[in-house]
Amino acid sequence: MKRHIISILIENESGALSRVAGLFSARAYNIESLTVAPTEDPSLSRMTIVTTGTDQIIEQITKQLNKLIDVVKLLELTSGPHIEREMMLIKVVASTMAQREEVKRLTDIFHGRIIDVTPSIYTIELTDSGDKLDSFIEALAEHKILETVRSGVSGIALGEKSLHI
Amino acid sequence: MELSGGEILIRSLKDEGVEYLFGYPGGAVLHIYDAIYRQDDVKHILVRHEQAATHAADGYARATGKPGVVLVTSGPGATNAVTGIATAYMDSIPMVVITGQVSSAVIGSDAFQEVDCVGITRPCVKHNFLVKDLSKLAETIKKAFFVATTGRPGPVVIDVTKDITDPDIKIPYHYPDKVSIRSYQPTVKGHPGQIRRAVKLLLSAKKPMIYSGGGVVLGNASEQLRTFVRHLGYPITSTLMGLGSYPASDDLFLGMLGMHGTYESNMAMHDCDVLIAIGARFDDRVTGKIAEFCPDAKIIHIDIDPSSISKTIAVDIPIVGDVAGVLQAMNHMLETGTKQIQKKELAAWWKIIHGWQNKKCMSYDKNSDKIKPQAVIELLHEITGGDAYITSDVGQHQMWAAQYYGFDKPNRWINSGGLGTMGFGLPAAMGVQLAYPDETVACVTGEGSIQMCIQELSTCLQYGLPIKIVALNNRYLGMVRQWQEFFYKERYSHSYMESLPDFVKLAEAYGHVGIRVEKPEDLRPAMEKAFAMKDRLVFLDIVTDQLENVFPMIAAGKAHNEMHMSPHCEMPQSSERELS
Repeated sequence: MKRHIISILIENESGALSRVAGLFSARAYNIESLTVAPTEDPSLSRMTIVTTGTDQIIEQITKQLNKLIDVVKLLELTSGPHIEREMMLIKVVASTMAQREEVKRLTDIFHGRIIDVTPSIYTIELTDSGDKLDSFIEALAEHKILETVRSGVSGIALGEKSLHI
Repeated sequence: MELSGGEILIRSLKDEGVEYLFGYPGGAVLHIYDAIYRQDDVKHILVRHEQAATHAADGYARATGKPGVVLVTSGPGATNAVTGIATAYMDSIPMVVITGQVSSAVIGSDAFQEVDCVGITRPCVKHNFLVKDLSKLAETIKKAFFVATTGRPGPVVIDVTKDITDPDIKIPYHYPDKVSIRSYQPTVKGHPGQIRRAVKLLLSAKKPMIYSGGGVVLGNASEQLRTFVRHLGYPITSTLMGLGSYPASDDLFLGMLGMHGTYESNMAMHDCDVLIAIGARFDDRVTGKIAEFCPDAKIIHIDIDPSSISKTIAVDIPIVGDVAGVLQAMNHMLETGTKQIQKKELAAWWKIIHGWQNKKCMSYDKNSDKIKPQAVIELLHEITGGDAYITSDVGQHQMWAAQYYGFDKPNRWINSGGLGTMGFGLPAAMGVQLAYPDETVACVTGEGSIQMCIQELSTCLQYGLPIKIVALNNRYLGMVRQWQEFFYKERYSHSYMESLPDFVKLAEAYGHVGIRVEKPEDLRPAMEKAFAMKDRLVFLDIVTDQLENVFPMIAAGKAHNEMHMSPHCEMPQSSERELS
């Protein structure tokens, strides 16, 4: 069971997302995260799916996705060099001086930004790989986290390779 | 020419070459029905239940190769059609189903007879569309037929909101000659390198086996398959869905394989060294235990659907492509190549196979004082000259029809293989009979299955469809009873059919002829009489042996060489690895 990232170009039509989501539930495939938004061509959406499975299951997932009429093109990002990014917004209690200093310091170490400040709360934005976001949450273990919002993974192939029509 | 949405819909069907529209009216499709009323080109067949409309269209498609077309209303019309849509989807049958939808202004408001038809049908269609814009209607219909009939075929649903069929709103009509969909380009041509590798492997085989499936029938590849098999002289078996793709009467044909396949087919599958699967999908009823499937074989797989390849069984040489084209390329290579088959080894392989055939696995008790269902099917073959279109429902009768009719031609055996839908047989027979009014169409069924769509006897009267219903009446849901006998210590939970109707009177009440047969000696005269009535529907209620079982049988999850055998065959004690 390995983690895979599948990128899809799909027709930007109503119901397209539910075809993909429905396929995963109907065939009992795992889905860790799914992100979707239109591309520079408004008729196309780009979807990024993080899933786990054996090589045989991943092969079936890509074939079944390709079979959906609305799917224009598909690339398994993890089959080659690629970069993945996920954005997180996290709201942390920072009321004492010590807390404020410590949270600020950790945010700097992880190259995050504090985007909202109240006398008792810091809201931090952090964009990195999923692993780094996990590490940041771990690093904040001593602090009270009020809310975590993660975008799910987006990714892109490195170098010459690109997913376009 | 300016037309309303209802008129555009019907005119598009005409321009698509649609002959019959199977349907049932209702609120959301009233405008469309009004357009039907004002034309004679597309003939509407009024069924008695929407499920039957889909099965009839499906039967029409299976017999003719042309897409079946259905029109039903919103809400319950659409939900009743779902069973038939799923049936067609599982067997890859080209079908276009038009469902009415409430007006776009009230979608989502839980309006009268509203369901999310696109959502409900999504997992059991090849694709579906919701049309809320009149200007897109004709193009969407063209797209639907294109998707349904190309690549691996399948049903396509078009959900049409009532407002766009308004007779007062008209737009210029244009039906496109063709459409292209950028996200849909089915692969049709097999890879030449893969085909070459496959031929090389085939010629090196010492114990080859050919396994053909429904894709050969759907892909119109029977001719190419016959040439291929005869050139090689290799043994061939077929799935339930592939019956008729290769003539059952030919010496190279070993009979069906799988759960109720012949002893020789299943043993040859288990022992072969090279297997070529042609338009077949390694269904669980075929493979039995995956881990012990063809343990010594290199496998070649031809299929038009890439997702069929290595789905359950990993294959060595996959060829994605249209079966007819790939076989044609292979035949060309075999005819022009210099390499020969392994003659000596093949002769030895056939000797082993003939040994298996000598077990006579299809034997049954021919001296019984009860009517044996197998005998009914054999007689049906004799009386119809083996040339009838046979539809069936699901259960024991379906297996006996598959095993004993002996289909020599494709498109003649029409049954619900994948979904296993009881109630399929009679409406499917209506579609076949409409397509071929002068051919003999028989529906082999049971007293359980026939009652699931019995209301269609009324449709048959309305359109004068002289179907012959051959009901094997054993007063049991036979296949359920058989499993309960084998695997539940004869605890026959709810498999006994009590309070059966008098089928003769029932047939008569619907305006048809009913004949009840209770004794073996009465069977032949009754069947002859029934099939001589060319212009009447005859319901043959045949009282068969209650406890007859379908043999051979591989229990679910067992391997091909572990079969239950009939007590009447030459080797009742089964194979080397007999089941306890």
